Amino acid sequence: MIKESLLTADQAVSRELVAAGDYYIDVVKKGQTIRILDLEGNQAADTLFYNADNTAERYSAMDTIREQGNVYLTAGTKLISNEGNVMLEIVSDTCGRHDTLGGACATESNTVRYALDKQCMHACRDSWMLAVSEHEEFGLTKRDITHNINFFMNVPVTKEGGLTFEDGISGSGKYVEMKTLMDTIVLISNCPQLNNPCNGYNPTPIEVLIWD
Amino acid sequence: MTMALLEAAPGTVIYESRIEAASHWSIRMRKGTVLKLIDEEGGANVGMLFFNPENLLERYNAPDTLKCQHTFNLKKGNCLYSDMGRVFCSITDDSIGWHETICGNSTKNIVKKKWGEKTYQDYHNGWNQNGYDSFLVELAKYGLGKKDMAANLNLFSSVSVDDMGNLQFKENNSKAGDSIELRFEMDTLVIFHTCPHPLNPASEYPRKAIRYQIVQSAEVADDDFCKNFRPENRRGFENNKIYHAGACPHNNAASQDCSHD
Repeated sequence: MIKESLLTADQAVSRELVAAGDYYIDVVKKGQTIRILDLEGNQAADTLFYNADNTAERYSAMDTIREQGNVYLTAGTKLISNEGNVMLEIVSDTCGRHDTLGGACATESNTVRYALDKQCMHACRDSWMLAVSEHEEFGLTKRDITHNINFFMNVPVTKEGGLTFEDGISGSGKYVEMKTLMDTIVLISNCPQLNNPCNGYNPTPIEVLIWD
Repeated sequence: MTMALLEAAPGTVIYESRIEAASHWSIRMRKGTVLKLIDEEGGANVGMLFFNPENLLERYNAPDTLKCQHTFNLKKGNCLYSDMGRVFCSITDDSIGWHETICGNSTKNIVKKKWGEKTYQDYHNGWNQNGYDSFLVELAKYGLGKKDMAANLNLFSSVSVDDMGNLQFKENNSKAGDSIELRFEMDTLVIFHTCPHPLNPASEYPRKAIRYQIVQSAEVADDDFCKNFRPENRRGFENNKIYHAGACPHNNAASQDCSHD
């Protein structure tokens, strides 16, 4: 569902550019609003959320899908934790649909999906590994890397049980905005994948904006 | 003893047992053995997770399993992948044709809301156990916890989507006597429960036991159905081969894991 935001960038308390292949990690406070902005279009932002007070509570793709009875995420979707609590709610969305079935790219799964010699190409999970290692203050490790949201990514599922990664439906300037219902660690990999159309074979920067 | 079991003729049933309804268990499966699960009376659900016993950080990854094989459902031919690009097991036989892996577990709250509370105090082992707590108990036996609970398989259960992406649970997806066979391609810690699927609309708590067999497998041939079901699966098998070669070099005669490479 397309729903535009009334917030303006000049009133944001924080604006951070995240280059393709780089990561974002920070705490967004309860009641703040976070926007992920697809600057040049057709990008994928692989995102995980943790309760900042207890990281064993985290975004759960399964609980979110099951409780809303639908596989796609958009405005109105409540992002639910493994404890059954609403962590964030998508309040605005100019893209219309986001994926949470496809997971993140990893060097190891790339060998299966594309070719064994693709093993050393940069991947989302490597960005997350670097993020948790460079930010030990959050206490996250590989154990915490679970199933993510792929903002802006288009992964249609068919009635017959097919699932494919299609060309993105996002464009330059499209965004998704969420209101946080608890203090939340936001961990994003700005996807570096070069082997499929999830980001148009051309990874580009995103911007993360936060409002009080 | 172990060696004798590993050398059993293909098809030999090494062990056979039953898991009551609303229960949980764990098994360490050896590479080259098959876990056959049988739905006793129809309508069963088996929640399942896999871990590498040599490195518990390597675990079943549902998104990788689905996207690697371009599928939303699981059936004969599909391989079940770890997050490290390896195949834990292959679905070598399946009389059902659709198993799901995206809906997670029943929880204490879901069970209470749908079917009411039946405590151990009042009902003993006929209580309304839930899948989430079942996994927590079984995971804790191996030092694992909430952080390790990835998206699980719900074997015997079917959930499809309509054109808008809305979930549709299929009632009676599995009939009495239906079965699925998982052939393990590496040593695997299998954690499972028999609690109901969280979307099951039954008016009464579905209490469904299963039987299972551990069967000696034949060697995986190059023209194996699962290995060739998708081009990706050949590469998954190649990753397993590299792993086993590295884990136990072929000049180490004492190592059992090289026997099928």
